[in-house]
Amino acid sequence: MDRGGQKTSFVGTTGAVVTLLVLHDIVLTMFNKSFIEELLKPQELYSKKALRTIYDRLAHASIMRLNQASMDKLYDLMTMALKYQVLLCPRPKDVLLVTYNHLDAIKGLIHDNPPLLHLVDETFRQLIEVYGCLSAGEFQLIRQTLLTFFQDLHIRVSIFLKDKVQNSNGRFVLPVTGPVPWGTEVPGLIRMFNSKGEEVRRVKFPHGGNYVIAPKEGSFEVYGDRVLKLGTNMYSVNRPMETHTSGTSKNLASQTQQSIAPNPLAKEELNFLARLMGGMEITKPSGSEPGFRLNLFTTDEEEEQAALTRPEELSHEVVNIQATQDQQRNQELARIMGEFEVKDQPRWSASKGDDLLAMMDEL
Amino acid sequence: MVAADSEGPRDPGVRQAAPGAADVHWCALPFRVLLVLTSHRGIQMYESDGSVMVYWHALDSRDASPDSTQAVFARGIASCGHFICVGMWSGRVLVFDIPLKGPNIVLSEELAAHPASVTDIASEPAQEPDCMADVVTADDSGLLCVWWSGPEFKLLTRIPGFGVPCNSVQLWKGIVAAGYGNGQVRLYEASTGALHVQINAHARAVCALDLAPGVGKLLSAAEDTFVHIWKLSKSRESGCTEAAPLL
Repeated sequence: MDRGGQKTSFVGTTGAVVTLLVLHDIVLTMFNKSFIEELLKPQELYSKKALRTIYDRLAHASIMRLNQASMDKLYDLMTMALKYQVLLCPRPKDVLLVTYNHLDAIKGLIHDNPPLLHLVDETFRQLIEVYGCLSAGEFQLIRQTLLTFFQDLHIRVSIFLKDKVQNSNGRFVLPVTGPVPWGTEVPGLIRMFNSKGEEVRRVKFPHGGNYVIAPKEGSFEVYGDRVLKLGTNMYSVNRPMETHTSGTSKNLASQTQQSIAPNPLAKEELNFLARLMGGMEITKPSGSEPGFRLNLFTTDEEEEQAALTRPEELSHEVVNIQATQDQQRNQELARIMGEFEVKDQPRWSASKGDDLLAMMDEL
Repeated sequence: MVAADSEGPRDPGVRQAAPGAADVHWCALPFRVLLVLTSHRGIQMYESDGSVMVYWHALDSRDASPDSTQAVFARGIASCGHFICVGMWSGRVLVFDIPLKGPNIVLSEELAAHPASVTDIASEPAQEPDCMADVVTADDSGLLCVWWSGPEFKLLTRIPGFGVPCNSVQLWKGIVAAGYGNGQVRLYEASTGALHVQINAHARAVCALDLAPGVGKLLSAAEDTFVHIWKLSKSRESGCTEAAPLL
């Protein structure tokens, strides 16, 4: 818990705790040893109905509750995202790299929970054991089977539409630029040999795309650079997009420019926030009274980094949120702020309570 | 175009499975035309108007135990003389002897030369007297086998793969054209297996090859969204195969 003029994430401490709880429960269920063993048995693909049932159970393994409409939307989003990732895999074996990207991201979300980390690492090892030595032909069949499962699904996903990786008719854009898959040569060359095996002629021909050689192969170990961006967090700040043509630019500023257009609503939202918080009393920061500084980034470092690299063209007005003295609202807000602090042990069931306390001690 | 496979007798021993691979081919034999369909359940052969199923071959589920990790299917169809060849998930090639008419089709031989699942089969009438090759089979490991068809099929040449599946194969004037999972198209001499042409044709896996035998034009289609057409020829001096890009 944050006190005494220190900064706190805007999500709010209650929200953050609930998020952690949900993540914990879902990861615990999803990576349960027996469940994974059952999944990894050689078998046909689950039917659509079976998959949907598993998904519903997983989502509701936590305290999170979704109504039917939200559940449908979430499932559609998951399905289309997976279709996108499988479809755009450069070579069939890369579906395994996509899976490893998923696991890496999950490990990032629960990095401070060693028992959960161990569960995920165990799954990693089992995946390597089961899939690590399949041939290219077997991966081709796996990918083809997965694509058959997704056939005729053309649900539009807003983030894909915005990034222009999906067209308005729901079809995905297949890029014809970028690196070729590992093990493939850049198209455009014909080599001819005589009966002794000596090369006698070379002819170049124009190929419609604009491809470059693959820089390196992704790692299939438990830890390693996957190289492939498919399967990484779609919603992270530096959103990776497969349609970019340049090489390995990791510059925060350039990526922000590419993907995020200035939102005219942002200023309105911040003004609204200022009005809501207007009644709050802000004392001098060094005092022992609780202060409140809004940080829209996850960490202080990210905020400073963003400030340093913010390009000129994207400079917006800075909206100052002033505390105005209003006694009535002040009291009301003080009461609400007081409720954020957890003084007593919350009344959860024994195991959940322990987890909650442990997490709150770490905050 | 025939779609559903629900007409076939259901073999209770075969488990319902998502189709791993399905194939269809018009087999134009000298005396009749048959439509051949394959799926995870078996091989079906129909009269050319689709009216009558003349033959059903169930995939032998005993070969795949319930614990087997292998998907069961048939893939790769070609006709050669009075034979029809069909490839299997196990790597075997079934050779069926087709009568002039009627349903008396017999499995005459099982060729066991492929260590991996068969992907495609191609054939052409035997060419010069010195080149008897008329059937070529390909598999998931990239291996190509060149055969001489007969009452007993004879393996003439083996062309090894290089770690990538060969998805499609064609045979023309003693030239084997092969499309691979890494986007390459290669041309080999069928009788010796010598590599004559290597084309870095596509940025993704080649899905299919087709050949116009009258003019020697080869078409390659791949998952990179491109289609290419190549002109094949034999050099007068060396007798070696050459390829030129047309499209």
